[in-house]
Amino acid sequence: MSWIDVGAVDDIALRGARVVKTAQGCVALFRTAEGDIFAAGDRCPHKGGPLSEGIVHGRAVTCPLHNWVFSLETGQAQGADTGEIPTYEVRVKDGRILLDGAGLAKAAAA
Amino acid sequence: MKQKLVVIGAGMASGRALEHLFDSAPGLFDVTLFGAEPRGNYNRIMLSPVLSGEKSYEEIVTHDAAWYAAHGVTCRFGETVTAIDRARKQVVSVGGRTPYDKLVIATGSAPFIIPVPGRDLPGVISYRDLDDTNAMIAAAQRPGGRAVVIGGGLLGLEAAAGLALRGMEVTVIHLMGHLMERQLDPAAGYLLQKELASRGIRIHCKGATKAILGDGRVEAVLLEDGTVYPADLVVMAVGIRPETRIATDAQLEVGRGIVVNDQMVTSDPDILALGECAEHDEQLFGLVAPLYDMAKVAARTLLAEPAAFRPVQTATKLKVTGCDLFSAGDFAEAEGREDIVLRDPARGVYKRLVLEDDRLIGAVMYGDTADGNWFFGLIKDATDISEMRETLIFGPAFQGGASADPMAAVAALPADAEICGCNGVCKGRIVEAIGAGARTLEDVRAQTKASGSCGTCTGLVEQVLAATLGGDFQMPASKAVCGCTDLSHEDVRRLIKSRALKSQPAVWQELGWSTPDGCHICRPAINFYLLADWPLEYADDAQSRFVNERNHANIQKDGTYSVVPRMWGGVTTPAELRAIADAAEKYRVPTVKVTGGQRIDLLGVRKEDLPGIWHDLGRAGMVSGHAYSKGLRTVKTCVGTDHCRFGTQDSTGLGIRLEKLLWGSWTPHKVKLAVSGCPRNCAEATCKDVGIVCVDSGYQIGVAGAAGMDLRETELLAKVETEDEAVAITTAFIQLYRENARYLDRGYKWVAKVGLDWVKSRVVDDLEHRAALIERFELSQSIYRRDPWAERADARSRRDFAPLADLTLEAAE
Ligand code: SRM
Ligand SMILES: Cc1cc2nc3c(=O)[nH]c(=O)nc-3n(C[C@H](O)[C@H](O)[C@H](O)COP(=O)(O)OP(=O)(O)OC[C@H]3O[C@@H](n4cnc5c(N)ncnc54)[C@H](O)[C@@H]3O)c2cc1C
Ligand code: SF4
Ligand code: FES
Repeated sequence: MSWIDVGAVDDIALRGARVVKTAQGCVALFRTAEGDIFAAGDRCPHKGGPLSEGIVHGRAVTCPLHNWVFSLETGQAQGADTGEIPTYEVRVKDGRILLDGAGLAKAAAA
Repeated sequence: MKQKLVVIGAGMASGRALEHLFDSAPGLFDVTLFGAEPRGNYNRIMLSPVLSGEKSYEEIVTHDAAWYAAHGVTCRFGETVTAIDRARKQVVSVGGRTPYDKLVIATGSAPFIIPVPGRDLPGVISYRDLDDTNAMIAAAQRPGGRAVVIGGGLLGLEAAAGLALRGMEVTVIHLMGHLMERQLDPAAGYLLQKELASRGIRIHCKGATKAILGDGRVEAVLLEDGTVYPADLVVMAVGIRPETRIATDAQLEVGRGIVVNDQMVTSDPDILALGECAEHDEQLFGLVAPLYDMAKVAARTLLAEPAAFRPVQTATKLKVTGCDLFSAGDFAEAEGREDIVLRDPARGVYKRLVLEDDRLIGAVMYGDTADGNWFFGLIKDATDISEMRETLIFGPAFQGGASADPMAAVAALPADAEICGCNGVCKGRIVEAIGAGARTLEDVRAQTKASGSCGTCTGLVEQVLAATLGGDFQMPASKAVCGCTDLSHEDVRRLIKSRALKSQPAVWQELGWSTPDGCHICRPAINFYLLADWPLEYADDAQSRFVNERNHANIQKDGTYSVVPRMWGGVTTPAELRAIADAAEKYRVPTVKVTGGQRIDLLGVRKEDLPGIWHDLGRAGMVSGHAYSKGLRTVKTCVGTDHCRFGTQDSTGLGIRLEKLLWGSWTPHKVKLAVSGCPRNCAEATCKDVGIVCVDSGYQIGVAGAAGMDLRETELLAKVETEDEAVAITTAFIQLYRENARYLDRGYKWVAKVGLDWVKSRVVDDLEHRAALIERFELSQSIYRRDPWAERADARSRRDFAPLADLTLEAAE
């Protein structure tokens, strides 16, 4: 694992999201109402909608383009839709968000 | 020659009797129907949903003009029968004398008015018919109105709840120690009182009314203990007494009601009586279920067929959305009786069963009444419950193994379990109808009448359909907002107002949301309802908005955005055009397009450039065009008197004035306006949410138009002489829409639901109401008439709109 500090928890609104640009594309960081942070691919497998612009509810996000819903824990599409977004290891330490760089690279290689 | 049948009273009992009569022997009688009310039969018990706004009068009419015509009924509505001349077999009314061979008296009841000083003051009403209901609705329109309801029984509480939902401050005065003492025990009465109190209804038990005070109009109610409650409206709901006057005058045998035998025949063999006015076996009846049985018997008697009325037990439900209570049988404490009680304080649930000799004789439930009909069946059938005594209180689903399947409870019901209390329809009858081809709720209703009266059993009927048909029956995708709640948009809107819920957590908690913080469907709706109802107290929540409204630009399919600055009334200047051109070049905007809304769209802007482009446009005086919002979009205009040889008024000026007034406001769906200078209508005003067409004599204001997926021509709301009036009515109309429509109902859909007349009555006819609407709109605009772009053109926003971090360099290393 190689933890990269990508910013402060408070830079993301509660029930909001921000993106981190990586060489493999954008990673979305979500912050739930309870304050938990999740990291996942920003691209919706349906038609590429930016998931970081979706509505965050519970531990899920709804794509802003056509309302597919994804679990932030598993990356799986919920309900009738099928599809998956990659999820990434993320940690919070002293109010800073740490993303696992090795995991990102591995996901890209896989 | 045909026999002449005269019926006095067009109420629920007589309506049902006529149906039976015509079903069995159409054309046997020449029927004349007298009714004191100026209308035909309607479902009186549904007046409460009409009062609360959940139903319209049209929806509760049971027999319309076509029905009477088809059965050859001569209708004499609005005509009271004043005497019965038994010797000549005629009834007497203003219209003269009408002969009969057979006479049916179905005059129902008259509300009891307690004989206190002031009872005749204007503003004191009872709760019995549509006129009373309309009087209450009218009284509730005055903002800040106060109502006192005397009587905490079924009727009084339904009146109180309805008035509270309509925004009145309501006090209920009840003589006894707890509410609905005839149907509830003190514990359930307490829970009910708590629930009503939490909706802002004040309850005063053990209160005896001494006088109604007022000078020319009701002003207050004085109690024996000296308490004074100010009141603009007093509703007396302390009980009813059978309407027997004409029977007494005709010297028929009358006790408390008109005495009838098992065949519904009075002391005169040619005269029948039924309904609340009748007394059978020294008993009176005040709920529809037994009255419908009477109707059946009366019809058979008229057909000279044998039949006998046998009173059945009745169960009570209160028709107040969100107050779930059920009571049946006898639950007084007595020697040899035993209680089983279940309480769940967290859920506010109370259940009590009363047992005697291994039989269930009474049941009271509050908070969870799903098993009510099952218990009711046990009471009626006097079932021996010794075998299931231990688990009885957990209901049918629990007998024979616990089951979580909600359908199991209904599937387990025996065929003779009553489903529809009003019409006495048991499960077996419904299953039979399904066997004979019924496939939908409407089919079942048409064939069995189940759920046709008060409607509270609709869900059960649907479950019987589902349990019987299996996969072939689609449980209606309930009209619930979304999967997080069972409540409809309408319910939620009302509850937000009546229970003063002012935050999202308050809504989730108080209305029992099943998810921690809603979902993408309910959150935007709730966010809108809260900000529309509490503009000062509630802070708009960006995280509950669709991307477009959160980012104040329309997202495109490739993730870029479009930017549409406002061009007031479609008018621009060289300086504005220059700034747009500069911005387009600076931010390398791929497409610049003139929109259908008379302004310019810059398409393909990257998210991180939004604050920058807004800043540049703002510097040139331009603000957000809200091309992305459920809010005011554009006001299209034509050139009008300034240039056009046909122009009658300053259409451009009026359009600009309206746009400057209305911009920034959030609405249930988008709102588009247009103003045309003459009926040639170059601004296409006749297909807008509000479209004004100028004419020589003034302004024609049309509303409820659209030209999207549905093409709708506007309907004329009003014709006014001055521009000020046109502006006032437009503003009031938009505020009425904001306050009442469900989220994502475009104006025309909403108007179709509430009716243009209703809208007119509020924004055109009632000047006081109009002014109040405008005032509330202005209050809201004191928060929302601002440019969201200007607020997001600073450095902080530039950071927020940019990625949190850019790792492309690190990853490359
Ligand atoms: C830009 C524009 C087309 C154009 O190039 O002219 C446009 C573009 C869009 N319209 Fe429109 N409509 C535009 C004028 C219209 C008009 C004409 C008018 O207003 O006179 C109509 C028909 C009139 C009407 O609304 O009744 C129109 C009826 C719709 C509808 C159907 C609405 C309905 O109730 O049936 C939608 C879908 C919706 O809102 O749910 C829609 C939705 C959209 C959306 C927002 C679709 C979306 O969700 O992304 C498009 C956004 C494009 C963008 O990114 O900017 N647009 N749209 C026009 C912008 C007007 C403006 O200046 O604000
Ligand atoms: C607001 C409300 C809610 C209710 N809720 C329920 C409920 O949930 N469940 C339930 O079971 N019951 C309920 N009831 C009671 C139910 O409506 C009555 O029991 C039922 O309507 C009685 O029917 P009826 O035909 O006897 O009398 P009505 O329906 O009252 O009809 C009598 C008609 O006769 C007319 N009339 C009287 N005198 C004359 C005359 N001399 N000449 C001509 N016409 C005359 C009256 O104007 C009236 O229209 C409710 C009642 C009200 C008012
Ligand atoms: S008609 Fe409107 S919504 Fe449809 S493609 Fe054109 S701009 Fe988009
Ligand atoms: S692109 Fe996400 S749902 Fe269509």
